[in-house]
Amino acid sequence: MTETVFFYCFAALAVAGAILTVTMRNAVHCAISLIASLGGVAGLYLMLHAEFLFAVQIVLYIGGIMVLFLFVIMLVNLEAAARERQFHRSWVGGLLCAGGTGAMLAWFWLRGAGTLRLPPAVQPTPREGGNVESLAMVLFRDYLVPFELASLLLLVAIVGGVMMAKKRI
Amino acid sequence: MNFYLLTLIKMALTALVLLTCCAYAVWVERKVLAHIQLRPGPYRVGPHGLLQPLADLIKLLTKEGIVPSYANPFFYLLAPFLAVALALTAIVVIPFTPEFELFGVRTAIGLTDLNIGILFLLALSSLGVYGIAIGGWASNNKYSLMGSLRSSAQMVSYELPLAMAIVSPLLLVNTLNLREIVELQNGFHFGLLPKWNVFASPVPQALGFVIFLIAAFAETNRVPFDLPEAESELVAGFHTEYSSMMFASFFMAEYANIITICCVATVLFLGGWHPLWPAEYGSDLVPVVLLAAAGLMLLFHAAQAARRRKWDRFTFPVFGVLLLGLAPVFLIPVLKPVLIPFFWFVAKAGFLVFVFIWIRGTLPRYRYDQLMRFAWTFLFPLSLANLLVTGLVVALAG
Amino acid sequence: MPEGYLPIFIFLICAILFPLVLLAIFRYLRPSLPIPVKLEAYECGIRAASNARGRYTVRFYIVAILFVVFDVETIFLFPWAVRFRQLAWFGVAEVAVFLSILIVGYIWAYKKGALEWV
Repeated sequence: MTETVFFYCFAALAVAGAILTVTMRNAVHCAISLIASLGGVAGLYLMLHAEFLFAVQIVLYIGGIMVLFLFVIMLVNLEAAARERQFHRSWVGGLLCAGGTGAMLAWFWLRGAGTLRLPPAVQPTPREGGNVESLAMVLFRDYLVPFELASLLLLVAIVGGVMMAKKRI
Repeated sequence: MNFYLLTLIKMALTALVLLTCCAYAVWVERKVLAHIQLRPGPYRVGPHGLLQPLADLIKLLTKEGIVPSYANPFFYLLAPFLAVALALTAIVVIPFTPEFELFGVRTAIGLTDLNIGILFLLALSSLGVYGIAIGGWASNNKYSLMGSLRSSAQMVSYELPLAMAIVSPLLLVNTLNLREIVELQNGFHFGLLPKWNVFASPVPQALGFVIFLIAAFAETNRVPFDLPEAESELVAGFHTEYSSMMFASFFMAEYANIITICCVATVLFLGGWHPLWPAEYGSDLVPVVLLAAAGLMLLFHAAQAARRRKWDRFTFPVFGVLLLGLAPVFLIPVLKPVLIPFFWFVAKAGFLVFVFIWIRGTLPRYRYDQLMRFAWTFLFPLSLANLLVTGLVVALAG
Repeated sequence: MPEGYLPIFIFLICAILFPLVLLAIFRYLRPSLPIPVKLEAYECGIRAASNARGRYTVRFYIVAILFVVFDVETIFLFPWAVRFRQLAWFGVAEVAVFLSILIVGYIWAYKKGALEWV
């Protein structure tokens, strides 16, 4: 019972936040809606017993990346951005793209109606020493190379970010 | 059902105690600062200003709440409540005492026990940026916006050394559960020196503790890192436009954050509820002696004829008798397993809160470029080095 | 939901509601005399010169992006710390490689002057 209530609360938060993110005019409002949406997703992770992912979602996405977004938004001139019409001249192209994608999805849906089904719900795995513990073994044993490659990716991010910003100083 | 009832009772108690502590932290801070600067501090409302927090609360609640016309009303109102809600919530994962049995119910002081306790606290502290960022932005005031930008940048910069300083004691205890972290710090080296993480055996985490405290000062926007509200440059920083209850919320959030971070430091580094020296040497008697001494001192002063304030003649004996009456409570065998650990926890956390105030009375404010350089070019590499050395030594020790 | 989170959510809801209720009750006790001058943005007594929301220095962006990168790195260290004993030297070596790649990036950013706030 409580589980269901919480699930629908988090799901509603995620969906409503996502919708507001694309419909709000003010960029800061969009960013804050996105924060709400990410918070809802974090709650869903928690419902799935993925405690570590829940913490990561909050620490990294909400507490890190969204702060970056807010800073970037505050760097540009908001007023000019807000005054621009949201649906400007390319709306025909946008509509065509959206319609094309929708038609494609509908076609796939119709063709493979039988194959497109959700797998049966999986019960959370019995916790052998907890979520973080089992994740640590997977991350540091089975996925060693991707883990080390992640640091290369982060290195690229450092170089890219600093180069982009330093050019302007 | 029993569980829910117990949780609700504990929740109400925690909230009450936390809010009172926040209010009296302000009083203690004003008193300590005043005495550092050789002045009496709050003195008028109640005996020695003891009712000052109440007076402040009533004053703040009945002031006009101004929403500036250029501000964004929804976010302007949201920000202080977000800040205070997040700050108050952090206390739920702190374990204050070991589990004990009282009236047939097995429980502990502390609301809940998470497997990822310390990560949860880190997550909440990383959310703390938003109350300030949104508040400063929504005010649409130059001082507020600058204060909030500065503050957000400062908080994210110091979050890295903070997290690193958290990881290094975790290498010793290998768990994220706060209760287990405390329990693993049980015992004494040579039967005397406590096995807290600051004194841990392969690598003492003293350096980690210092880094944690410095980062904690920056995270809570306290002197010497109170740049967001540097009044000489930014009027009042991010809460320039705030008044009334909204201002009080920001204020409460600041003190709740200080209390929480001191509790976290106690859990991670200072061994939580474990006493400073073994019970064989009478550490259980410390609260009794302290309370009794305080009570006797008050009675002695009450007996002095030349008290300056006439109310002291009534309040000193009353408080003296109260403290004297409280002292033997710590000797009752049923309550002992709760109260003694709780006393040690509160004593350590309280001492850290005092350090926060002490530093405020001692140090001047940093300049902003110094602050950022300190975080990125000194504290962050230092915390990284501390972590790596800890990892290497612990691995070497087996 | 894993055990132990329910009290947190209840506490969070109470913590949000408490100041709101207080605000709502005291609404009737506090004065409310909004006059245009009072509602202006505070700029030390003179009229606000312009909108506050303009453009701010790019250094905040550098700080934020470096923070995100190193925050990802830090969060990876938590699972390592939890399974430190089991992974032993293997884990230490792994994390040392992981960190050294990032330390190269840190040193590069330092040399580039990205960490200076001037």
